[in-house]
Amino acid sequence: MSTHNIRSMDFEEECDAFDDVYGHSVEDDYSMSPSQAAFMYNRNNIQIGSYLNSQKDIEEEDEEIESNEELKKAKLESCVEQIRGTLGTTMTRQQIVDAVVGFDYNVERALNSLLNENPKTQESNRSSKVQTEDLPSSKVVGGSSGAQGKTRTVTKGFDVVVQKDVSRLSSTPDSQSPASGRGTPVNVDEELNKKWEPKIDVLAQYKKDRSDSKQHLYMIVIGHVDAGKSTLMGHLLCSLGQVHQKVMHKYEQESRKLGKQSFMYAWVLDETGEERNRGITMDVGRSQFETQNKLVTLLDAPGHKDFIPNMISGAGQADVALLVVDATRGEFETGFDFGGQTREHALLVRSLGVSQLAVAINKLDTVSWSKERFDDIKDKLKVFLKQAGFREADVTFVPCSGLSGQNLVKKSTENELISWYNGSTLLEVIDNFRPPERPISKPLRFSINDIFKGVGSRLCVSGRVETGCLSAGDRVLLCPSREIATVKSITLEDVPYPVVYAGDQPTVTLSGVEMENVSVGYIMCDIQSPVQVASKFQCRIVVFNVKVPITKGYPIVLHHQSLMEPASFSKLISQLNKSTGEVVKKRPRFLSNNTSAMVEIQVSRPIALEMYSEYKELGRVTLRVGGLTIAAGLITKIIL
Amino acid sequence: MKLVHKYVDRDGKGDMSFIPEEMDDIWHAYNLITEGDVVRASTVRKVNLESSTGSGTTFRTRTTLTVSVESIDYDAQGCKLRVKGRNMEENEYVKMGCYHTLDLVLNRKFTLMKMHWDSVALERVEIACNPTQSADVAAVIMQEGLAFVCLITSNMTLMRTKIDVSIPRKRKGFVQQYEKGISKFYDTIIQAILRHVNFDVVKCVLVASPGFVKDQFHEYMIQQAIKTDNKVILDNKAKFMLIHSTTGFKHSLQDVLQDPAVVNKIADTKAAGEVKALEQFYTTLQCEPAKAFYGKKHIEAANESQAIETLLISDSLFRSQDVNLRKEYVKIVDSVRESGGDVKIFSSLHPSGERLEQLTGLAAILRFPMPELDEDDEEDSETEE
Repeated sequence: MSTHNIRSMDFEEECDAFDDVYGHSVEDDYSMSPSQAAFMYNRNNIQIGSYLNSQKDIEEEDEEIESNEELKKAKLESCVEQIRGTLGTTMTRQQIVDAVVGFDYNVERALNSLLNENPKTQESNRSSKVQTEDLPSSKVVGGSSGAQGKTRTVTKGFDVVVQKDVSRLSSTPDSQSPASGRGTPVNVDEELNKKWEPKIDVLAQYKKDRSDSKQHLYMIVIGHVDAGKSTLMGHLLCSLGQVHQKVMHKYEQESRKLGKQSFMYAWVLDETGEERNRGITMDVGRSQFETQNKLVTLLDAPGHKDFIPNMISGAGQADVALLVVDATRGEFETGFDFGGQTREHALLVRSLGVSQLAVAINKLDTVSWSKERFDDIKDKLKVFLKQAGFREADVTFVPCSGLSGQNLVKKSTENELISWYNGSTLLEVIDNFRPPERPISKPLRFSINDIFKGVGSRLCVSGRVETGCLSAGDRVLLCPSREIATVKSITLEDVPYPVVYAGDQPTVTLSGVEMENVSVGYIMCDIQSPVQVASKFQCRIVVFNVKVPITKGYPIVLHHQSLMEPASFSKLISQLNKSTGEVVKKRPRFLSNNTSAMVEIQVSRPIALEMYSEYKELGRVTLRVGGLTIAAGLITKIIL
Repeated sequence: MKLVHKYVDRDGKGDMSFIPEEMDDIWHAYNLITEGDVVRASTVRKVNLESSTGSGTTFRTRTTLTVSVESIDYDAQGCKLRVKGRNMEENEYVKMGCYHTLDLVLNRKFTLMKMHWDSVALERVEIACNPTQSADVAAVIMQEGLAFVCLITSNMTLMRTKIDVSIPRKRKGFVQQYEKGISKFYDTIIQAILRHVNFDVVKCVLVASPGFVKDQFHEYMIQQAIKTDNKVILDNKAKFMLIHSTTGFKHSLQDVLQDPAVVNKIADTKAAGEVKALEQFYTTLQCEPAKAFYGKKHIEAANESQAIETLLISDSLFRSQDVNLRKEYVKIVDSVRESGGDVKIFSSLHPSGERLEQLTGLAAILRFPMPELDEDDEEDSETEE
């Protein structure tokens, strides 16, 4: 019926008529004549010179929506549903919406026009569609962002279309997604063609950027509560001149007032009132200092067992670790016995990928610099650290005293110590750490561990570039919520940088994303090769000391980078031989102390993760129950 | 629950009438009613009447209906049970076989007829009608940025609100952002407590968290209450109990319920007993693996040799749609009791029950080790693969 009318229609006349009624609602003036169908068809078909028309058209839509938006929306939804039912998904939603609105919600007419229009527009569609399908990596992004675009239309209706008409004009007609064009497959395509492949020169660029400066090293300080971690580091920073004399004097006065003079160095790193009053570190403190060859960022971990989650997120960012143990008689034993954090911390940093360790045997002055005590502790730790998986060559032992500052920066002046020790000072040991490999040439992965409002109420995230590099202006995908954001600026220790590389821990200002849609533990990644998102995965775990055996359904807290999420064992696949990795028992009923096993873990909601074989940094998980670390694992297979 | 009327004949067929009085009673009713039972209760029905001339009138009337149950819906938040089924007794408004959904609510009498009242159902009636009131407890379990407000009754743990906000970390020069975030977080929790905790009923409010969050929160709450002159909180100040928990997630509630201070307060709640029994099972599994088993196949085998000392079973198994399956579970329970074993029926609404449910819902501690069960299983798994 309508086809016939189209043939007999006078295009010119219809267009003129349209110009006349500009400013009115089309639907008000026109009866439901078939000529309208043709008109719609005509408008969409004039692709290049029709900017003016389409603009007018949108404004008209706006007016009518303002009058009774809710009703129209509902009407539109039902019409679109009906058309979808007949046409399937061959048409984009936007096309359908246009047609339906044009025909004043008459489904039949809209359908006819769409069917007529289809073969012609499809040709123009095809070129870009083929592109999307050809590239496998873009599929994931395209699919997800397509869905995103769709939901946006549902929630916001026409408003978005009107607001974003500029971007709509600039994009190709078939990509008329109202989501400002940023979530459409086509745009992703464009970016895909633009980037990622030619980034081979990243390495060269990195060398150029960073070769002149000192190597950057991230060091985490760990140990049992009250081992003197903060004091040791505070004193080190003080001796290196990182803390102003005046400030130090203030700390000394204030801490004396509280009757805690021994905490004055710890106050350099423990900055909040809560931490100072209680005399313990609660959150990871950060500071920076330089050695002869290195620029070291210090992460001062809390030792108290309630704050191990904080320590884990800190250790996930570190390259090397400094284990502080208290040499005082009885104190070392408490920290080292079961339940002490010396053991747990050492196991944790190892399972989080730290392989180099320095052991500072602290407070040796309380045992009058006894060599026997030093050797005793050293022997005990050596055995344990070997079991934990540290190579003997990667572990160094240093005697020192945090409070009196012996053997930190300068060689000791204590005769009792000099008599038997002439090794390196703590600073030299730190200087001798080998910087780890930085996987710069891989696609970007950035783990977020803090979100806050920066200057000008822009959203800022800080975290660690795990792999790849990130430069200002990049568009990134935030997983698992799959939000797309643009990097506005990057700062590293308050200094703006155009590009940051793997291993750096910058603060990134983002735009295009709301604070509510991001949370700690999210992964920011490359749009073209996004991180995997799943709620179930297989992993190979090593069980540490558990009080109760692990069974199916055992509830745990999963730590993955900065993420903390409740999870449970959904399947115990097999128990493995600890050294050879052979299957000892299939489908074990339970897992007890010091076993190795293959398990399946179910998380309550999807999280972003990677297989260990592909991204070491994102393939590690730590499992905790009731304040104890019960197992560490490597992700071997991502299920869903 | 008040038992108004009871008649059960020798074969176990019969009917009982109840008046639910507490929130728990609705939960008991949910566990009692199975598909195929007949329920009678007063209800409101919309009736269409058509006169001989064809003109119709519609009105709503209160009438008593008897339905044969086809599906049951439990609404824990609204404390309501919806029972859907076909009408069994015709009256002037409703024809035979018409579908109707009965709402079972507090303080409304209902009658339940069963073809067979099995031992588990009878036991449930007994528990439900036991008038000793257990302490109602509210719990706030939290960590920085995450909090749950729960109500714990003897048979249920109801999660009332989950508060999840991201709080910026402390950083140099940005401390006020952290402080703003945390006080907003605390305010939300206080609001949730005021909204969901009825201090007339609740005997104590557990505030649990790792670290010092609980102390900070408590201090903040009291301060805030003094500032705003909030009588509700100030009058009930003594009811708040600060307890250490290992995490702020919901399953840490189990740790909280094990705390000796809490056990003293809520000694008679079922929750505490369940937690203890499950813990014992895990200890046995650790120390003597051949004496602790889970899963239906193993339990049945152990039961055959009368080896079960304590049986832990989740009540969700008795709500099974499949009548025969339910019968099997009842048989296991009966036979364990017969051979002198102890049976603990876990409420699937408690965290311990949830955990047992994940462990197939059926676990047992044996009198003597049965290592052969384990070996059988290995052979099975090999043949399966």
